[in-house]
Amino acid sequence: MTGLITMDDLSNEEILEILDDAERLLPVAKGETYLPLLQGKILGNLFFEPSTRTRMSFETAMKRLGGDVVNLGDVSTSSVVKGETLFDTIQMVDGYTDIIAMRHPRQGAAQYAQDAARVPILNGGDGAGHHPTQTMLDLFTIRQAHGRLEGLKVVLAGDLRYGRTVHSLSHALTRFGCDLVFASPALLKMPTEIVADLKAHGSEVVETEDLMASLADADVVYMTRIQKERFADEDEYAKVAGAYKLHASNLEGAKENMIIMHPLPRVDEIHPSVDATRHARYFEQAFNGVVARMALLCRLLNIPVPATIPGGEA
Amino acid sequence: MSQEHNMRRVTAIRNGTVIDHIPSGHAMRVLEMLGVDKATSVPVSMVMNVPSKKMGTKDIIKVEDRELTQDELNRLALVAPEAHVAIIRSYSVAEKMTIQLGGEVTNVVRCTFSNCITTNPREPLAHRLKVMSREPLELRCHYCGRQQDLEALIRNMI
Repeated sequence: MTGLITMDDLSNEEILEILDDAERLLPVAKGETYLPLLQGKILGNLFFEPSTRTRMSFETAMKRLGGDVVNLGDVSTSSVVKGETLFDTIQMVDGYTDIIAMRHPRQGAAQYAQDAARVPILNGGDGAGHHPTQTMLDLFTIRQAHGRLEGLKVVLAGDLRYGRTVHSLSHALTRFGCDLVFASPALLKMPTEIVADLKAHGSEVVETEDLMASLADADVVYMTRIQKERFADEDEYAKVAGAYKLHASNLEGAKENMIIMHPLPRVDEIHPSVDATRHARYFEQAFNGVVARMALLCRLLNIPVPATIPGGEA
Repeated sequence: MSQEHNMRRVTAIRNGTVIDHIPSGHAMRVLEMLGVDKATSVPVSMVMNVPSKKMGTKDIIKVEDRELTQDELNRLALVAPEAHVAIIRSYSVAEKMTIQLGGEVTNVVRCTFSNCITTNPREPLAHRLKVMSREPLELRCHYCGRQQDLEALIRNMI
């Protein structure tokens, strides 16, 4: 394994091993134990478009493990604005660092960077393509809640067309035999090639515009933001957006252990009344970004995570 | 109308390359892809929309005094995957070649997706399309993973 560009770069066995590593690293992520496994290593953070959680959690993960971080900084003040190619930027950062976390507005940029680099690339989002490190923290959160990944019924709702988190996640869930429900307005449906891939994999996929009807037997409801800017007509947006707003009152018939996730930021698709319910998991999910990325950094830098960590359970 | 009759619509060539079984209407595109254009000094003959048992109708091209290489022919895989190619020496078929579509098409066409990283013409890495299926032809960009629109692809030849 060189980098992590799509979930296809990891076997199911590797995914589970990394989630186990992440589990053991929890006390380190919380700052209860200091474990400098990555001392002397440098992460290059290359974020060519805005990021809060992904960039900060990579930085936190590296620092909790004793490593260091260099940032590309604001793209508008870097050599990118002078017309530097991605290839040249990667050549430079490749020489400065041991591993690179990257987000780029162009689809395919992460694979391109990996082909240009000697150090591993962690894809932190490429256009509407993939976001596999988000998927790892999503899988960690799901396993934490349900004790397993296999055979769950997962509803993915909102902007499924442009949302890269749901693209990567649906591929991974399919590999663990989950049944998927895609709830979205017609304009924001999951791309047909992804649906075809999932079905070819033997997955049960249901596409619907009715989110509320899908809640009753779901184990996981994964909400995403419906992006207003995708609609040419504001009335059109207003018409569909309302159908994808979860309120605590919508959850009365839901399974006891159903969890609601969201990659954040949310706008109004999850009402604050949901925050206090037993179903809300999105803030834990955001925290899990640190622990999942710690495990990924160790894996890609070939640093084994000890079987026993002081302060840990294992 | 016989095969022989089709071939004689244009004069037999002494030396060169004959490309037969090109899908109707694609001959001009094939010439373009092979770099056989206005700047070419060798004689080139072309017939279009002639009857074919196998294809209904087809195009045929004859390029005199030039033997196309296997690499050049492989570029045709996207427009004329079933084409038959013969190298002619002294009015006889000296060699028969088939177009081979490998597992990847490299530096022949650019990805058709407008937001792919490779749309920046200054990025230096090779344009790479993976062949997912031959029948029907399905190609995906190595970088962005997008399935390619075959019609649009022809316009993206390098």
